[in-house]
Amino acid sequence: MAPETHTDKVYEAELAQLRDRLLEMGGKVESAIASSVRALTERDTALAEKVIASDREVNRTEVEIDDMCRRLLALRQPAASDLRFITTALKIVTDLERMGDLAVNVAERALDLAQSPPSKPFHDLTELADLSGSQLEKALDAFVERDVKKAEEVIAGDDMLDALYHRLFNNLLAYMMEDSRVIRRATSIMFAAKQLERFGDHATNVAEMVVYMVRGTDVRHPGSRGGEGAPAAPKA
Amino acid sequence: MNAAQEIAPVNSPLRRSVHVAETPAPRSPDGSLPAAPLELPKLKVEKLNAWYGSNHALHDVSLTVPARSVTAAIGPSGCGKSTFLRCLNRMHELIPGARAEGTLLIDGKNLLGRDVDPVELRRRVGMVFQRPNPFPTMSIRDNVAAGLKLNGIPGNHAEVVERTLRQAALWEEVKDRLDASALSLSGGQQQRLCIARALAVQPEVLLMDEPASALDPIATAKIEDLIHELKERYTIVIVTHNMQQAGRVSDQTAFFYMGDLVEVGPTEKIFTNPSEKRTEDYVTGKFG
Repeated sequence: MAPETHTDKVYEAELAQLRDRLLEMGGKVESAIASSVRALTERDTALAEKVIASDREVNRTEVEIDDMCRRLLALRQPAASDLRFITTALKIVTDLERMGDLAVNVAERALDLAQSPPSKPFHDLTELADLSGSQLEKALDAFVERDVKKAEEVIAGDDMLDALYHRLFNNLLAYMMEDSRVIRRATSIMFAAKQLERFGDHATNVAEMVVYMVRGTDVRHPGSRGGEGAPAAPKA
Repeated sequence: MNAAQEIAPVNSPLRRSVHVAETPAPRSPDGSLPAAPLELPKLKVEKLNAWYGSNHALHDVSLTVPARSVTAAIGPSGCGKSTFLRCLNRMHELIPGARAEGTLLIDGKNLLGRDVDPVELRRRVGMVFQRPNPFPTMSIRDNVAAGLKLNGIPGNHAEVVERTLRQAALWEEVKDRLDASALSLSGGQQQRLCIARALAVQPEVLLMDEPASALDPIATAKIEDLIHELKERYTIVIVTHNMQQAGRVSDQTAFFYMGDLVEVGPTEKIFTNPSEKRTEDYVTGKFG
């Protein structure tokens, strides 16, 4: 016994297809968030529109992946690691879809900000975007490689993202206090930053599910984590 | 005290409320933990080895079966699960050249001891087979009472027939034709009749060897539902090729492979997160 693949090759292919679709969706979301922040900082409205339009495809993929999971559950009665993989897929697809929505929110802020005079550049925002994007990238790598250590790095990395967000938040507050004319713009940037912070939270959710998928232990909601500035509670 | 304890077989002194912390609590049919206290292991198997001639079919199998729970034995053909089952009521030794060694304790008493009467043992440890095997020339009633007559058990057989047919969830379907031939029943009904026949002699343990594999899904569901009810009173060990069935009916699952007991644990764990790679490969369908 003990081969690495399923005896039923069709089943094996179905599982591989599910994994590939998730990765593809993750890749789209990753590029959407990067593009949305670039659209914001570079005042590129065409790029922002493109991000908004591309979300339809992300949504469609979510529905397709849900269908695939339901079909596999109903027809294959998966067990053990296959069961954990499919239930993980069902959960992370929701996170990925929300992450796509967050990218759309940022893109909408980009359109809004493009109407106003240029703001003081906020390097922190780009840094926040890079970090949250790389959190997702690493979470997806952990998923593909079934790498718990990498997933745990993502979970630990969320603190850094939160700290960065709070620094940016405080800077924006100071900026607004200095000059009330920038309140509208700064609020938009603050809103965008919040989306990035939440994006990171969803990446953490994905990573937590990867730990579950590989080890079969649920690492969500331990008593010690959370509590820093009431980070967005992960949506159900 | 629950109702099941009141009607437990009287010849089971250890069935009183005894607390054993390490015995896993069996799930009740609705999945909740039972309020009743945990019980002593009903069966305790230690270093069981079995042979067919020179073929060593079971290697050092050690396993505990808690009272009033369902233990499922799964594994590919030839893995030893049916041999294991047949050792539990010493049917294995009926096969020419076959023998078994080790310790098999029921309520703490060794079943393989020289002083144990296999016939009396088989009354306490009943068996239901893959194919329904009612006595073809007997009526429904006589099939159920057959074991009583065979064991020379006196008393009101009519009462026992009704009670066990009810326990086997067959009474309503046959109460108006108890004198009809057992062969007039459908396959699923015949299997429930065989379960009633096994129950009539008041066993403590019920062994089931693929009891639903020859039945359609509806008859299978009835048998599975029946298993849930029977475990309120009996300790059940079931061999099944159908892993979903093991998942549906059992509290603990034992995975056998090539004569080894690879892993035994709570059914939920075996099917969601087994510890052994061979179990994982088997339940996910990686057989090579």
